[in-house]
Amino acid sequence: MKRLLLAGLLGLAAAAALPAQILINGAGATFPQPIYTKWFDEYAKVDPSVRFNYQGIGSGGGQKQILSETVDFGASDGPMSDENLGKAPRTLWHIPTVAGAVVVSYNLPGSPKLRFDGPTLAAIFIGKIRKWSDPAIAAQNPGVSLPDQDILVVHRSDGSGTSYIFTDYLSSVSPDWAAQVGKNTSVNWPVGLGGKGNAGVAGQIKQSPGSIGYVELAYARQNKLPYADMKNAAGHYVAASLDSVTAALASAKIPDDFRFSMVNPPGADAYPIAGTTWLLVYEQQKDAAKGKKLVEFLKWAYTEGEKMAASLDYSPLPANVQERVLARVAAIKY
Amino acid sequence: MSKPISESTPPAQRPVRRWPDVSFRLVALLAALSVVALIVLVGWELYSGSRLAVAKFGPGFLVHSRWDPVSDEYGALPFIAGTLVSSLIALVIAVPLGVATALFLTEMAPVRLRQPVITVIELLAAVPSVIFGLWGIFVMIPFLRDHVFPVMQSVLGFLPFFRGPIYGVSMLAGGLIVAIMILPIITSVSREILRSVPNLQREAAYALGATHWEVIRIAVLSYARRGLFGAAVLGLGRALGETMAVTMVIGNRPDISLSLFAPGYTLASVIANEFAEATSDLYLNSLFELGLVLVVLTIAVNALAQLMLRTLAGPGTGKVN
Repeated sequence: MKRLLLAGLLGLAAAAALPAQILINGAGATFPQPIYTKWFDEYAKVDPSVRFNYQGIGSGGGQKQILSETVDFGASDGPMSDENLGKAPRTLWHIPTVAGAVVVSYNLPGSPKLRFDGPTLAAIFIGKIRKWSDPAIAAQNPGVSLPDQDILVVHRSDGSGTSYIFTDYLSSVSPDWAAQVGKNTSVNWPVGLGGKGNAGVAGQIKQSPGSIGYVELAYARQNKLPYADMKNAAGHYVAASLDSVTAALASAKIPDDFRFSMVNPPGADAYPIAGTTWLLVYEQQKDAAKGKKLVEFLKWAYTEGEKMAASLDYSPLPANVQERVLARVAAIKY
Repeated sequence: MSKPISESTPPAQRPVRRWPDVSFRLVALLAALSVVALIVLVGWELYSGSRLAVAKFGPGFLVHSRWDPVSDEYGALPFIAGTLVSSLIALVIAVPLGVATALFLTEMAPVRLRQPVITVIELLAAVPSVIFGLWGIFVMIPFLRDHVFPVMQSVLGFLPFFRGPIYGVSMLAGGLIVAIMILPIITSVSREILRSVPNLQREAAYALGATHWEVIRIAVLSYARRGLFGAAVLGLGRALGETMAVTMVIGNRPDISLSLFAPGYTLASVIANEFAEATSDLYLNSLFELGLVLVVLTIAVNALAQLMLRTLAGPGTGKVN
């Protein structure tokens, strides 16, 4: 017991002898949590004097906490509303980190490769198209035998960035959807069942013949789910992949405040249902030491860190966006 | 505790040490008060967190059934109905099952069998909620959808409760999973109640020539009914607040449907689902108000149960609490 105590005291003394480690706290979105965690792990090797603590409590929590300045940076899967941004005590910047795609998965006999355009997909999710044998689906899928079966729509029941991207896409391709339902992290779904998380939706699809739903691309790839090619704004059917998402980002119109939606961009190779996730940082950092370390980290993340994105099934930012984001990071004051 | 009193002190002047008594009373009082304070604090936090929604929607919040985060319109009715219906289903299944199990354990089972069965039931209580949910998604739901629900529909389809399309995930599945989860508490409380029935009762009934079943019915069950009702109320309390497992199998659809095969939604589920990503103030306030509704609902149901318990009281009834 005594020896243990002594060892503990020695350990404490040793810890105290090290230069003080700076702890930077962040909280928010869960979608990018795997890549952020990877970045923090890797960055610990680059700069051992700083440690990051990120809590994936959801975008709502991330926005709240950065507004009340209980964390050093926030993270959100959807851009903040003007109303919420207005509550910030100083200028609060959105900076996009990585992008991800949402894919449409389904359960049909033989798992054929399906193709959809936006209006058809919206009609299915709004409940106008109720059968797989509907001519609108058949017209886009020549040669595929579609059963005369009811379509069972499955959506996320928990609020999520995935739902935000998906409903954002449906709103952009279907005026009916935009008017009746709209876009948000959770919406009032006209039809269908809610599954909790990607796993809940995927599980429901796997088990229900005739079902259709949406999951993150990363989840669909890791679990080998079939997913549809989507018709983009240029009129091509494009498969979801890391490259087609980066292509979408490259052709998306991105305003100066980075609060943008990248669904249905004009690029010829762009996959249309994709979105970014943002970090929320103040232009003027409160704590100079922390601010300096945060900026150093961000510069590293946008150069070295982005290279790790693909290994975790996130799409890195294209060069043109990366440049703009780095310029914004360099403008953070501390 | 007591030290030997030194001989020089005459017994009459023995100093009376009051502080252990006083401090113990104080500690006990503080402990009791802190529970009350906690409840009041929770209530206050829920109320103050939901003020925007209360001001905007008023009592209409309770009767409107539209829940739309996009247009910032919120009504709690489907969630209230879902919570009540799923808990009721759970009780209807779990109470007979739990009481019968308890009867078997106390009145019939060979002594050697008792402990193993009790252990298994208590293990059921130790399984985390999310595990029940996963089991529900991957095992229970497919089984219900392919084998149980179609049979129920063909036999009971003349009732409106068993019509409509079968998805598997449904109000009935939600109720079933809650039933499994509240079974341990109902069984073990019932067992304690039944064990407290004096043997004299049983012997008297036997002496009158009653059969085993008659003994259980007349001497045991009627003696213990008040206590058994209490066990059901304890189970109900847990059923109302059950969150994770229900969310995973109930379908999460804020609709009110007569059919038990249709998906539903509960108060606890919608809070768990949507709280993390709720960004607008009114949205967050409405979720808080759902929490407030759940607390009030639980208190109301318990109060009602207490009232019913009182009417059950009579000569010869067992006592709980």
